[in-house]
Amino acid sequence: MAESTEPMDTQENRRDFLKYFLGGGLIAWLAAILYPMMAYLKPPKQAEVEVTSVKAGKVGAVEKDSGTIVRFGNKPVILLRNAAGEFRAFSATCTHLDCTVQYRKDMGLIWCACHNGRYDLNGRNVAGPPPRPLDEYRVVIQGEDILISKKA
Amino acid sequence: MKTLWSKTYHWINERVELDGLVEFMGKKYVPVNSHSIWYYFGGVSLFLFIIQVVTGILLLLYYKGGEALAFESIQFIMSKVQFGWLIRSIHSWTANLFILTALIHMFSVYFGKAYRKPREITWVTGMLMFFLAMGFGFSGYLLPWNELAFFATKVGTDIAGAVPVVGKPMMVFLRGGEEVTGATLSRFFGFHVAVLPGLFTVLLGIHLLLVQRQGMSEPLSYEEESPKERKTMPFFPNFLLRDMLLWLIVLNLLAILAVFFPWELGKKADLFASAPAGIKPEWYFLFMFQTLKYIPGKVFVFDGEVLGIMTFGLGGLLWLLVPFWDRKSSRGERNRFINYIGLFIVLYIIILTIVGWIL
Repeated sequence: MAESTEPMDTQENRRDFLKYFLGGGLIAWLAAILYPMMAYLKPPKQAEVEVTSVKAGKVGAVEKDSGTIVRFGNKPVILLRNAAGEFRAFSATCTHLDCTVQYRKDMGLIWCACHNGRYDLNGRNVAGPPPRPLDEYRVVIQGEDILISKKA
Repeated sequence: MKTLWSKTYHWINERVELDGLVEFMGKKYVPVNSHSIWYYFGGVSLFLFIIQVVTGILLLLYYKGGEALAFESIQFIMSKVQFGWLIRSIHSWTANLFILTALIHMFSVYFGKAYRKPREITWVTGMLMFFLAMGFGFSGYLLPWNELAFFATKVGTDIAGAVPVVGKPMMVFLRGGEEVTGATLSRFFGFHVAVLPGLFTVLLGIHLLLVQRQGMSEPLSYEEESPKERKTMPFFPNFLLRDMLLWLIVLNLLAILAVFFPWELGKKADLFASAPAGIKPEWYFLFMFQTLKYIPGKVFVFDGEVLGIMTFGLGGLLWLLVPFWDRKSSRGERNRFINYIGLFIVLYIIILTIVGWIL
């Protein structure tokens, strides 16, 4: 027989070679199919204009003891004005699960409707599930304009 | 007529041998016992799934995806399309009833230990379908692009994001970006009408095939009785007719619900508005939602929310794998421990759902 003329280890080597060659080829083939698919699933980074400050309106237009949501780029920011007329601003995104918070006049607090999270008017988490305080933004009054900017 | 019918049968039978199948169906019996009522809930769930496929396809004819069009297209369906209000209301009501009947079906199988050997695969496919059903509910809820759906999706995907290691990439994958936007809506639409139905159909095929092949499970106590004492009923036509009668009743119930309690559309989502007071997820997520409310921000060194999510995740995994760790039931022995766990879970879900509903 033709097979018996060859030594056993040559045959084994050939078999191993084929095994690794074909196996490796299969893995490479799978990777060549899966990699583009996985990469496709990852949404591309949208070029966003980096917003560092926004004009949030006129001082006269904001009532005392109130809170309003202001657009800061693509993020909501809550602008508070206390009874004394002072302004403060915080990120309006609840640190618990991403809902948008609101000012509750009756409680004198910042409140999140989703899971009853509460923050005081310094943005500190005082009750409910929020794990962290709200990030504070800087408010500058320039004449009549309210300017909100990121804290460095 | 008769000859046409038998000719057609003969024509097909010559080619694909229908006789074997007909003989199998004719010999199929369903056990009759005091627990027989629970056998119907799987069938009702199947019926509700079929309604979802039909009404879902009808809604697809008018629904438009995208931030600017989704809400308006449902408004159009509800107000302009003939019987559009009916189709949409039935789709929403059926979604809820489906979860309910699937839950009842699941717990009846659990307490009857019907998952025990040799029906482990039936249990696992059923559980996977239940998880998919929750995915259907979660993704479908966003499609009208209203205020409630927007925040529910923000919270839900943020919860997914809190899972250690894989959470963040999974959240970005689900949202189609860092935030919930129109990109999220497009993805959820794709999941809801293509990915989930495809997976569900495969699992459903396996599930039904196994039920037909292995027959209905009987409670452990009945297996001890002599075969003579056990009562049965032919599957075809006796059980099937009973099934269909129940389906008819369910269809009537759906019509009543859809007509007298039409599903609301709410306010269009505004990315820059506060979450409205009284916001709640769908009732079947309520017990988890309510639990998250009670867990404080920090438990020892752990983030409260991460701890809650990991606990639910682990619980779900153990539940899915119950046929593999409940060895006693598989050996045909009683296992009261399983009943206590099940009872605790049922009570926990009912109590927290009610508390979440009222508060």
